[in-house]
Parts: sequence; structure tokens; C-alpha cells
Amino acid sequence: MLKWKSILLHLGLIAGLIMSIFPFYWLLVMATRTTSEIYSFPPKLWFGPHLFDNIARVLSSIDFFGAFWNTLFVALACTLLVLFFDSLAGFTFAKFNFPGKKWLFVLLLATMMVPAQLSLVPSFVIMAEFGWVGTYKALIIPGMVNAFGIFWIRQYAQESVPSELLDAGKIDGCGFFRLYWNISLPILRPALSFLAAFTFIGVWNDYLWPLIILNDESKFTLQVALSSLNGIYTTDYSMVIAGTLLAVIPLILMFLFISKQFISDIAAGAIKS
Amino acid sequence: MKNSMLNHPAPPEQKAVPSQPKQRLAPEIWKHRKEYLAISPFFIVFAIFGLFPIAFSMFLSFQKWDGIGEMTFNGLNNYQFMLTDPEFWKAVGNTLLIWVYSTIPMLFFALIIAFLLNAAFVRFRTFFRIGYFLPNVTSLVAVAIVFGTLFSNNYGLLNYVLSLFGIPSVEWLNKTWGIQLAVSVMVIWRWVGYNAIIYLAGLQSIPTVLYEAAKIDGASGIQAFFKITIPNLRPIILFTVITSTIGGMQVFTEPQVLVGNDGGVSGGGLTIVLYLYREAFVHNYFGYGAAVGWGMFLLIALFSILNWRMVQGKPSND
Repeated sequence: MLKWKSILLHLGLIAGLIMSIFPFYWLLVMATRTTSEIYSFPPKLWFGPHLFDNIARVLSSIDFFGAFWNTLFVALACTLLVLFFDSLAGFTFAKFNFPGKKWLFVLLLATMMVPAQLSLVPSFVIMAEFGWVGTYKALIIPGMVNAFGIFWIRQYAQESVPSELLDAGKIDGCGFFRLYWNISLPILRPALSFLAAFTFIGVWNDYLWPLIILNDESKFTLQVALSSLNGIYTTDYSMVIAGTLLAVIPLILMFLFISKQFISDIAAGAIKS
Repeated sequence: MKNSMLNHPAPPEQKAVPSQPKQRLAPEIWKHRKEYLAISPFFIVFAIFGLFPIAFSMFLSFQKWDGIGEMTFNGLNNYQFMLTDPEFWKAVGNTLLIWVYSTIPMLFFALIIAFLLNAAFVRFRTFFRIGYFLPNVTSLVAVAIVFGTLFSNNYGLLNYVLSLFGIPSVEWLNKTWGIQLAVSVMVIWRWVGYNAIIYLAGLQSIPTVLYEAAKIDGASGIQAFFKITIPNLRPIILFTVITSTIGGMQVFTEPQVLVGNDGGVSGGGLTIVLYLYREAFVHNYFGYGAAVGWGMFLLIALFSILNWRMVQGKPSND
């Protein structure tokens, strides 16, 4: 009885898993086929031999590595800045008292409710005013600190950074910054690694804002380059698909590497808030 | 706030020295300047790139402006145009339909997956969790390109599957419902695992003592489900409903990459954000785009409140 139930349950889970994984498999299959094979009927369901010609055509029609490095640069810059500013602010909110702290924190939480699209047009106008349109400043600076990360670090710091340790540090003559940098930051590492992955993935996949801001092909991030590839080269579909595959692989690898911890942190974050 | 008022009624002795905190405020603030400095980057960035744009978008929504030439005061014309533009209402309708088509199946499947994963005798739980979560990490542009081939009008995989059953091909991406179905399937595919993981965490945080007590009292599995599981899971369900409403109102990348800036031949993929993007950044109606932003903000607020009421409003057990 229990055995049957268990088998049925696993079959259900495996069916769901196949649905979840199938588009990745399909992407891989199509990336190994020619365009006429992609458009053939019945479709080819197994891998073909054309992966490397397709990739070669991607590399010759767009500056794929350029876009890759652009994306990596923007994502790393945002992530490092977010880690620094969010952890500093989160640590301060968790471990210090100062006038107005409660209200400032409520204000910070309230900012999370504001939908980004509301300020899409004026943000663009401001960037134009600053002369930042077409530059990475427009992508990095607004994203260099965020409310979610501060909230996240504060929750973690409250539980894990012992106040006694900070007091001991103070007695030993540590200033504010050293209490943060030398004493607290090492303790905050698990919370920081989740925040880093979360921010990195978000920036890497961002599309709407870079699409609006970046007007020069040499500055395109991967997502914008990919969508332009899709718009311009629809006759060479196998190339578009190969480009998509190339753009997906690095992030998937990174995710698989960190997935276990990342997923439980996502779940924990949702339960807490 | 409510709690602090209840828990800490101000003792009368403190009221005797009313002006003391105010006199000390300035030196107090100076003493804590490092703390203020530490939290200031967020507030500065928010003021410049969050708060100011909101005020500015209010101003802009009353102007007629193409982004380059002169700004001219336009009164309520932008709003009037928005409310009478059939395209706007079409975008609102499309967004709501896509939201309904995607959210209900998504949360339903997520709950089922979470229940299956939570069963005591499931093996390889971590493996399944990673597999289900994988779609969420992938970029939307890539997802839209891949699903474009699945739903392709003539040679797509879906039409092939239909042909196996003797059903003639459907031009998915030329039909309103076809585009909306494709977009909804993308949303479901990308978010079902994410929500399942969150439900799973919720299920695991319910104390097993409750179930044991119910069993002793002779409750059936179904009774335990409706009397223990659902009430305890309610905050989590509320969280997922709210987040998927906010996400659902902002669908943009899927239709834009799939069928272009006009939402496809039939316009079925023209969502509110796509409409905003097209009017503001393709047609350069900046003032109008700002007004649409406000319309969207109101819709999101309205739906979040409605959701809140619906999920919270059910008769609770306490």
C-alpha cells in the first residue's frame, strides 16, 4: 500500500521535473540543428551535429564576448556595491540605536512597495539630464544599494552578531567601521553570499532598463544583445538559438553550484517577510 | 506600532520631564553621525532615483513632451486620453487575462508539488527542489525565445504534438488567446517551482504536534488538511498571491520578445508595461508615458488591496 503510494508520488514529481527541464533540453537540441531542420516537420527531437557552426555564426554576427563582459562588469559592480552598502546599513540598523531609527526603517520598508514602472519615464529623463544615457552608470548607480538587502542583512545580523562581541571590540578600541569590517562582516558571510547571488542573478537577467538606457551596440548587455539578435536574424534561427544557449549556460552553472543554499535562503526570506 | 503602545504605556514619571528629549536631540544626532552616514547611501539613492522620479512623473503626466522639444502644459489631457484610448483598456484587459490564466494554475500546481515534496517518504528531495527551481534563474529573454519555437505558428513543437492526435495546426502567435496562452505558460513555467519551494518551507514550519493531536482526536486526513494545513499556510499563500499579482501586472519581456512592441498581429500580447514602453520610448510620448505609469500604479494598488481582502477575509479559526 505504502509502496504504491510512494511510487505514484515519485512518478508525479518526475513528470513535473520533466516539464521543468524540457525547455532546456529543447534549447540544446535546436542549437545543434540547422535552421531548415528547426523548421522541418516532424521536428527533430534528438541532437544534431551543427552546434559548433551555429556558435561560430553567433560569434561572427554579434560581439558575444563583448556583451558577455559588459554584463559581467555591470553585474559584478552592482553586486559588490550592494554587498558593501547593504551590509553596512543592515548592520547599523541591527546593532545600533539612534534617534529616528524606527521611522527610517519603516520608510525603508515602504520603498519596497513602489513599483519600478511608475518612475520609468522620469528616471530616463533624469539619466538624460545627467548625461548617463548609454553608460553603465545608469545601470549601476541606481542599483548600488537596495531595501531588500538591508532588510535581509538586518534580520541576519540581529540574530547572529553578538552585542557582547561588539562591546568587547569597543573596549579594545575599535571604531565604528572596524566593528563593522573586522568583527561583523565575517559573521555575516552566509547572509552576504545569498545577497550576492540574488543580486547577481537579478542584474544579469535585467532587460527593460538596459533596453531603454543602452543605445550603442558595443555597450549592449547579454539580454539586450540577445533580443536584438532575435529581432534581426529571424531567418537564421539556429544561430539565435545557439546565442540563447550561450547566454543561458553561465548562469545555470553558477546556480547549480550554489543552488542548495540559495533555495533554502529564498524560502527562509519568504517565510520571514 | 500597535504593540508598542499596548506593551509600553508611558509611566507618569517620564511625563514630568517633557522637554528633555528635545533639548538633547541635536547632540544625540551628532553623536550618532557615523550611524547616519552608514545608512545614508540608501536614502540618498532612493531620494534621487526613487522619490524624485515619482514627484517628477506626477509633474510630467500633466505635460505634453517628446523628450527633446519644449514641454507644454497639457492639463488632464493625458489622463483623459488614457481613459478613452481603447488600446489602453485592451492592455489592461490583456494583463488581467494573462494574470488570471497564469496565477491560478501556477499556485495550484505549486501547492501540489509542495505537498508531494513534503511527503515523508520522498527521496532525492534536494535534487527535485533544484530541478523545479532552475527555470526561475533563466533570463526571460532566453525563455521567450525558446517558447517562441514551441508555440511557432507552423512548425512548432506544440503543433507537431497536436498533429499526432490528428488536430490541425494552430497559428498560436497570430491569435489573441494563443499569445496570451503562450505568455501565461511561460509565467507558469518560470514561477511554479519558486512558489512550490516557498509553500514547502511553509508546510515544514507547521509543527507536527498539531497533526499528532488531530490524529488522536480522530480527525481524518482531509479534516487535518482544511483545519490545520490551510489556516497555517494562509500567510504564505497571501505572500505568493501578492507577489504574483505585482509580478503579473508587470509582465513585459515575454510578449515583447515573443511578438514585438505592438503585442503581436492581434495585439493580444500588449500588456500595460508594454503599452507604457511603446508609448514612452518607441513613440516618444514622455508625458503620456508618465500618466500611464500612474494608471498602472493605481491598478497594482487596487489589486493588491483586493487580494489582501480576499485572502485575509475568509472566516478564520481564531
